[in-house]
Amino acid sequence: MNMTYEIRQSGESRSFPTGDAFLDGGEAGADVVILLGKELQADPSRAAILVELGHESLGVHTGEDAGREGSNVLGFARFRNGDDAPSNLIELVRQPATPDSTIDAARAVFEGAGFEVAVCTDQAGRILDRLIRPKYNAALRFLDEGLATAEDMDLTCRLGLGYADGPIERLERGGLAHHYDATKALFDVNGTAAYAPARRALVAKQRQGD
Amino acid sequence: MSNPIKTVGVCGAGGTMGAGIAIVAARAGFRTISFDMSMDALDRAAGQTEGFFGKSVERGKMGAEDRDAILGRMSRTTDMADLAECDLVIEAVFEDLKIKQDLLGKLDTICPEHTIFASNTSTLSITEIASGCSRQDRVVGMHFCLPAQLMKLIEMSPGVNTDPAIFQTAWDWTLAAGQQPVETQDKPGFILNALLVPFNNDAIRAVEAGVASPADIDKAIKTGLNYKMGPLELLDLIGLDTQILLCEAFYPVTLDPRAATPPLLKRMVAAGHLGRKSGRGFYDYQGSGMFGG
Repeated sequence: MNMTYEIRQSGESRSFPTGDAFLDGGEAGADVVILLGKELQADPSRAAILVELGHESLGVHTGEDAGREGSNVLGFARFRNGDDAPSNLIELVRQPATPDSTIDAARAVFEGAGFEVAVCTDQAGRILDRLIRPKYNAALRFLDEGLATAEDMDLTCRLGLGYADGPIERLERGGLAHHYDATKALFDVNGTAAYAPARRALVAKQRQGD
Repeated sequence: MSNPIKTVGVCGAGGTMGAGIAIVAARAGFRTISFDMSMDALDRAAGQTEGFFGKSVERGKMGAEDRDAILGRMSRTTDMADLAECDLVIEAVFEDLKIKQDLLGKLDTICPEHTIFASNTSTLSITEIASGCSRQDRVVGMHFCLPAQLMKLIEMSPGVNTDPAIFQTAWDWTLAAGQQPVETQDKPGFILNALLVPFNNDAIRAVEAGVASPADIDKAIKTGLNYKMGPLELLDLIGLDTQILLCEAFYPVTLDPRAATPPLLKRMVAAGHLGRKSGRGFYDYQGSGMFGG
């Protein structure tokens, strides 16, 4: 399936920073509309309307209807580890009644541009933040408690699990304040200790001054 | 100062982990005595060991003479008394505190006073294991990763009563054996499993909560983080029943809700969906279809 796309942008996008090649491929009147910071306006004539998400739910943009919500509007975010360059992963957020044809159209746009697409429901943290933030919180807590040094924790993950990098070096590289923002959003929804921002992330956020 | 360890015993050497540890020791030039209760298991492991080094020769990683020398340093026994010659005994027996304590208690009566005992436990407390013998100062945690003959990492943990000098001797031995030790405190799961077991549980709970399919979760993890394998693929590989055992080891000690067995995991194991070994887990290995839990 070939799908064309139109980009409507206001401000800098975390998914597609200035200079990203994907921004050059848009054309007016295309099958799919991609909103980067622009307010959502319904348009049932389009195959899909894709809203770039931060930490918020798609429902913030579309409204919700007791589990019956779903239209040609999807959310998405290209995963980034804080300030690192964006990864090749697009998390595509659907609602309960989203038509499969809408998902297919969005998938065609992103996969056509060379991205990998993972579809998820509209839950806090989507897939990656939901899974990795508690682990990173644990690693930061272990560091505080003296389980091991940062270097040994990272080395253990690289050698023992085959990861490209360890949790501490990844957090340091991407910015601990970003980890605070991600965990704060998760904690606001879930309210469990695993998602509560770790002390070191809180310190980084406080030192950032916002 | 040269390392005083010359002869190494491996308990549970008929198993996959024990056999791998024996390879590590013998390959590094140490006389290695493999002990197990079953000679059949030891014979099987010996056959696999010969096959492993045979491939190394075929691939040009070592000469036939080196292989023969390594195999010549290895012996196997079902008589625990033969471990009396060891300077270091590494246990890799079933992950059960009582079994490990009893083993160290028996070794205590067989081995000379200078012998160091190392436990390959991945979840149990080194201090508690050491309490099974009278030489708690000479017991260390030495957790290898599977497959031990290929993986360099060893998590080294001192127990409460471990003599720092003994810990250093054991540490130096791992270096002499060509391994990469990291030091951790004696806490459940050390580093690796303390991070991995709850993370894998979180992935199971995400499936159960309908966040995404197993395939989408694994794709997100692999693409977003550059991991070689997603958590649900990994769970299918290690066995869902094994994950339950890990949860049952962790949760009572830590009371960490993330370490508790996810309900979906219990249901899948009850249904016989154990992962690759049963042909079905989070994925179906008998066809192209995928099981979503």
